[in-house]
Amino acid sequence: MLLLQAASPALSHPLAGTIAEYVWLLPILPLLGFVINGFLSLAASYRPGPPDPDMGHGEPHAPSGAQGVHGAHGENEDVHAAPRRPAFASIVAIIGPLVLALSFVLAVAIFFAMPGDMTAPFVKRFFSWMPVGTDLQIDWAFQLDQLSMVMVLIITGVGTLIHIFSLGYMRDDPGFARFFAYLNLFVAFMLVLVLGASYPVLFVGWEGVGLCSYLLIGFWYEDKANADAGLKAFIVNRIGDFGFLMAMFLVWTNLGALDFVGVKAAAAALPVGGPLVTTICLFFFLGCAGKSAQIPLYVWLPDAMAGPTPVSALIHAATMVTAGVYLIARSSFLFAIAPAASLTVAVIGAITALFAATIGLKQWDIKKVLAYSTVSQLGYMFVGVGVGAYVAGMFHLMTHAFFKALLFLGAGSVIFAMHEALHHTHSDQDAQDMRNMGGFRKYMPWTFAMMWIATLAISGIPIFAGFFSKDEILGAVFARAQDSTLADITWLGIPGTWVLYGVYVFALVGALLTAIYMTRLMLYTFHGPNRTGEREREYLHEAPWSMTMPVIVLGVLSAIGGVINLPAFLHLPEGWTFGLEHWLDPVVGEAALHVTHGAPAELSHSTEYALVGIAIVVAVAGVLFAMARLKPAALVPKAEAPPERGFSRVLENKYYVDEIYDDTIIEPTVTISKNLLWKGIDAGLVDGLFVNGSAWLARGFAAIGSWLQSGQVGTYAWAIVVGVLAVLGAFTLR
Amino acid sequence: MVAEALFFSAVLFTIGVIGVLTRRNAIIIFMAVELMLNAVNLSFVALSRLYGVTGQVFVIFVMAVAAAEAAVGLAIIISIFRHHETVDLQNINLLKG
Amino acid sequence: MMHHGLFFQFNFYVFGLIAVASAIAFVTRKSPVAAALWLVNTMFCLAVLYVMLDAQFIGAVQVLLYAGAIMVVFLFVVMLLNLGHVPGSGDIRRLWPRLLAGAAGIVLLAELSVLGRQQLPGELVEPAAQSNVVTAVAGPLFNEYLLAFEVTSVLLLAAIIGAVVLAKRRV
Repeated sequence: MLLLQAASPALSHPLAGTIAEYVWLLPILPLLGFVINGFLSLAASYRPGPPDPDMGHGEPHAPSGAQGVHGAHGENEDVHAAPRRPAFASIVAIIGPLVLALSFVLAVAIFFAMPGDMTAPFVKRFFSWMPVGTDLQIDWAFQLDQLSMVMVLIITGVGTLIHIFSLGYMRDDPGFARFFAYLNLFVAFMLVLVLGASYPVLFVGWEGVGLCSYLLIGFWYEDKANADAGLKAFIVNRIGDFGFLMAMFLVWTNLGALDFVGVKAAAAALPVGGPLVTTICLFFFLGCAGKSAQIPLYVWLPDAMAGPTPVSALIHAATMVTAGVYLIARSSFLFAIAPAASLTVAVIGAITALFAATIGLKQWDIKKVLAYSTVSQLGYMFVGVGVGAYVAGMFHLMTHAFFKALLFLGAGSVIFAMHEALHHTHSDQDAQDMRNMGGFRKYMPWTFAMMWIATLAISGIPIFAGFFSKDEILGAVFARAQDSTLADITWLGIPGTWVLYGVYVFALVGALLTAIYMTRLMLYTFHGPNRTGEREREYLHEAPWSMTMPVIVLGVLSAIGGVINLPAFLHLPEGWTFGLEHWLDPVVGEAALHVTHGAPAELSHSTEYALVGIAIVVAVAGVLFAMARLKPAALVPKAEAPPERGFSRVLENKYYVDEIYDDTIIEPTVTISKNLLWKGIDAGLVDGLFVNGSAWLARGFAAIGSWLQSGQVGTYAWAIVVGVLAVLGAFTLR
Repeated sequence: MVAEALFFSAVLFTIGVIGVLTRRNAIIIFMAVELMLNAVNLSFVALSRLYGVTGQVFVIFVMAVAAAEAAVGLAIIISIFRHHETVDLQNINLLKG
Repeated sequence: MMHHGLFFQFNFYVFGLIAVASAIAFVTRKSPVAAALWLVNTMFCLAVLYVMLDAQFIGAVQVLLYAGAIMVVFLFVVMLLNLGHVPGSGDIRRLWPRLLAGAAGIVLLAELSVLGRQQLPGELVEPAAQSNVVTAVAGPLFNEYLLAFEVTSVLLLAAIIGAVVLAKRRV
């Protein structure tokens, strides 16, 4: 089946001929930035800069203020010699964020050009990429519809803010140009992912962001631990990619098309709940589990915190990890007709949400808490798209991008300040451990305020964005528990209704825990007495404005972001809400209706209000519980902290999952590879039998040949006799 | 009689072959070849009892040729001996390629 | 001597076995002189066999020519080159080639035996109406095979000349 654009000459798309024709510029601009910044970074590497100042945690430190501060120490002046600004920093500082800002402007322009009632996607084909015989024709094509528009706006918008933040954060890092090159490349690939009109093009972006994630996690690669973290992310992702590929192969062989329009058309003919579509969806979900860090492939995300904090904000909070959610929303026409697979998605999402939240309760590294929080929130998104509430999932994706990016950037500011302070006093404390922090509200008031907004948002306190998105997901689960295709089936022997109620309970408990651990983070970091130390305290201060500005913008978005999709039961007058629900209707509405038996999911008003009330109570209870029970004053700095005991220790060690993987999967694989594959097959069979064996055989034949030419008459006599015997033998045996 | 003679002929021929393969002295190898020719003569004579006198005529020719061959061969051996001081075939490998 | 009585057959076997035994002895002697003499013995026995097979002329020629001329030439050369005294184990090859040669010999014998079992026409041809056995051979020799006869004489001439040339010392 060929791409649709070749077959629809008569209907001209409303976006044709508008600025949407320039959709190709969206990824090209960041790609251009990558090329320029890449060249600059290569040129810079010829100029040796100062070595990476602080390899302890892989975070940079930037001395601020005057030189005099350094002179005050009686230390070796060389160690404190002010690092030079990285090479080409000024050019890169302009180009890096600029290309992304231009992309954002273009995206906004396209958004306004989009008519409100656009029903068909705008597919723009660029060139024929992989023509294979007469059966398969894969084109490089981009697809603009409401769903991809949402993602593009998030990526370019939040991305621009993070680029600006990075200007200050990476200010003195010698890899400044390289950082922005990789960051731009990442955005380019992410845009290809969301704009792709077919699974292969999406996969190009999928793989590309995986690559950039690897490059950026291991940015400070001189420290082996960082390189290992990058490797871990890439390898675990790869396992997911295998699932994606299998799904693509199945789609192609059975549905005959790979572009979304074609697959959607072909999928309409498939039987609902059939084994084929369930298998396809489960394989796709394997890919999502890898990319979006769900059980069992989430283990790379906490390790990914080894990268610079802006990377964590952009990639591991707002964009790359949401690719899985986007994929499911994009493939809604497949998931809607595979209730078993959808239910699996929801169940795993719920389990992950709860599981990661429990781990987050006992983490001391501020970034690790946020990492597990991300895993947990991704679980919520998958719950949303798993139960067929695709809009709810996307809405939570958007609000999560706001407040999680904000949280990471805020944590980045905190760590920035900590590093600076510790550097000044030559202390080797852990700059990211909350036990070494405390009372930062005095030193960084703006960051403090914004992070509280984000905490309230993520906990689901009303008015803030997270409340609306999370509540919509919970409500959707409850509604579908009562009436939907999911409730009709049995999942592993359990009736669908019970499963969905279980999902609801898990999600609710997870929300409680979310509120608790986030409040805990705020309490330990910003409230209470300061544990950093007497001498360090004087160096703690707010981050520069280039870093605080984006944080404030995100704070505003986290506060008012709920207006994007205010729920219907509030009966607001027209125009008060942006109405994401209706806007995304042409893309996912049909699939969502299929799940809910053709009618929009409706709960009675009393049920709605009750659910909302429960959610609010849970969120507030969590916050208050944390405030009451957790005493930041009782903490001691990390160096003196006693080891955890009992179940706390299990939580702190993340249920020993990494160790279990190590023992059960990695060790046997390495052992088998080393002994069987390497020594046995490679060295023994291939080297020994084939290579050496054929040489031995050739030598043998050569030896016979040389014997025949020895010049010895006796040999020749033998040859004659053997010949005679052979001829006589032929006669005898005849 | 013919069958037995043929059998003896085969045995003598085989012994001649073994002699050629087992010995290193050129003259003895030569004599073993003569033995082989004799065995063939025996077989000719035996079959001439069945097929006519042509077999015996052929034996005459074989003997004549054997004599000529012996003469020339021995002359060669003498000339080799003059050069190498030995008739041990192991040491004569000028044909080596 | 058309009918073959028991005595006749017994003698045939005896002389045949003596020929074989002499041949084996010939092959296994260390000394070339001893080997030559054993070969002469073999030829004598073969001459007897020829006579018993109604080829009396051939038997006589065998003794005259083979045993009396060719083997004498061999012995001349052995004496000339003073090869009579053989040191050590002589020129017999080692065990492994001997075993292989033995195996090859057994295979050869087996093949020849199988091939020799073909049906032979059972009719014996009368040697001649003549009473003279020489005439029986000479007749075809000078009539049908005259050309071969003449050519053989040329061959002998060439052999003589060649032997003289090859064995001549360079003076």
